[in-house]
Amino acid sequence: MEDNRKAKHSLSENSLEEILKNNDGENKMQQERRSEIVSKWMEGTGPEAEIVISSRIRLARNIRKMPFPPLASDEQREKILQTAKDVLRNSRLEESGFGIMDISVLSPVFRQVLVEKHLISPLLSRENRFSALMLRKDEIISIMVNEEDHFRIQCLLPGLQLEKAWQEASRYDDILESHLDYAFDEEKGYLTACPTNVGTGLRASVMLHLPALAITQQINRILSAVSQVGLAVRGLYGEGTEMTGNLFQISNQITLGQSEEEILQNLYGVTSQLINQEKSAREHLLNEGREKLGDRAGRAYGILKNAWMLSSREAMQFLSDVRLGVDLGLLKGVPLKILNELLVLIRPGCLQYLKDKNLGPYERDLERAIQIQKCLP
Amino acid sequence: MLCEKCGKNIASVHVTKIINGKKTELYLCENCAGEKGELGFSFEGKFPLHQFFSNLMSFPGSGSGKVASTSYSGLQCPGCGLTYAQFGQIGRFGCDRCYDSFGENLLPLLRRLHGNQKHIGKIPARVGSHVRLKKDIERLREELQKKVAEEAFEEAAVLRDKIRKLENKISSGGENHGG
Ligand SMILES: [Zn+2]
Ligand SMILES: [Zn+2]
Repeated sequence: MEDNRKAKHSLSENSLEEILKNNDGENKMQQERRSEIVSKWMEGTGPEAEIVISSRIRLARNIRKMPFPPLASDEQREKILQTAKDVLRNSRLEESGFGIMDISVLSPVFRQVLVEKHLISPLLSRENRFSALMLRKDEIISIMVNEEDHFRIQCLLPGLQLEKAWQEASRYDDILESHLDYAFDEEKGYLTACPTNVGTGLRASVMLHLPALAITQQINRILSAVSQVGLAVRGLYGEGTEMTGNLFQISNQITLGQSEEEILQNLYGVTSQLINQEKSAREHLLNEGREKLGDRAGRAYGILKNAWMLSSREAMQFLSDVRLGVDLGLLKGVPLKILNELLVLIRPGCLQYLKDKNLGPYERDLERAIQIQKCLP
Repeated sequence: MLCEKCGKNIASVHVTKIINGKKTELYLCENCAGEKGELGFSFEGKFPLHQFFSNLMSFPGSGSGKVASTSYSGLQCPGCGLTYAQFGQIGRFGCDRCYDSFGENLLPLLRRLHGNQKHIGKIPARVGSHVRLKKDIERLREELQKKVAEEAFEEAAVLRDKIRKLENKISSGGENHGG
């Protein structure tokens, strides 16, 4: 592979080849860090993995008679954190591969990496007062301590696996509950800091790649229909982030008065419809002009493989085009796994973590192109 | 905890300053920390949810009668000290007891957020058994009163001991009534 690239770029001095060569010195650290960034949910497996990148379940839980983290004093937050550590020790969590990280001791860049990997929220990444992440080795289960709620249990799986993710999250919920006295009310359910989470405390979401609906200009109409049935639509990085790379996160908004099963059924039903619509849009595009799609994917691949600089937005769009080409068999030899991993690897935090230094926007665009060049087969 | 400057918003920024060799610590909200220039960086998009809440909660006083306003803003949670007005501003409860403290005032908000007011779904196992215990105690109490009325004091004493045992079971499970 290395030789291939060299043959391709017979450019003059200070060429991309040179830049890549200079990078070789750091390869060992970068390789290690790259494998740290890569996570199970990016593996491109599971049902409907072509369209559904990942499924996520999050449960908000609190302890009785303890102020919620936003209003808790340092002493109270410390007590919650200590409780979390006790649970880790007293339950079998430690043996089953769980570790705990104090957020306050992590570097800003590493916190950003955790956000970009979807393991912690931006809110938790800014917490310096007795907040922590409990993480299972495979990173499928993560528990945020002292975020907005005392505990937030998350299960993140590749593909469309909402039911399985719920069962896993619920299992860890049961384990925590056997050691803790949850704030629960027979009328209002699990009591949470924010009234938008009260009841089940459940937020279920799927990450979808819907390029054909975007190309055929149906996406806005369809997404507004989705939001009318009580589901929220967001970009790859949640609240307020722009929707790039034709990636959309769909999640439930109602948590009170619907059972977990109903919430999951509803989200699953809408997701299935979106998958079907996307598939028929792809079919339509193939019939209209298979060559045009192949050309689009090939050009995108060419740019990703040869560009010296790539903005995040561009990179996301080209990765989307390549992915569609791969899904439709028009482009061969690019595994979904790598396309998923690149979605994360090219984020600002990950790029800076890989380089082990702060990078400005200009340097990030350079480094992004280099990383894509290295990873894309 | 609430911002030590404005006392309105949730403090999310911890500022430590050393002035004349004396360390002062401040907990500020994002607004106040920004104003004071305590931070070299700006925060990502502020969450407008609190505004959304105050709109939903439609505090009286903005046009309607002032009498209701005092009873509204006078509400305070004994668990964490948060007032109903503060809840409207920050859009977050301070503790689990806030739900009881603000009681029926919350119902319109919950209905508008969820279309429902009553939880259906998972119940913690401990609460499940707790509910059973409570029902057992209720039943025994009724029996006890009957025995007392019948002046069957020995049997009543046995029942009383049983009730105590069950009540102890509840409190050792972490439950603690009336607190
Ligand atoms: Zn303030
Ligand atoms: Zn309270």
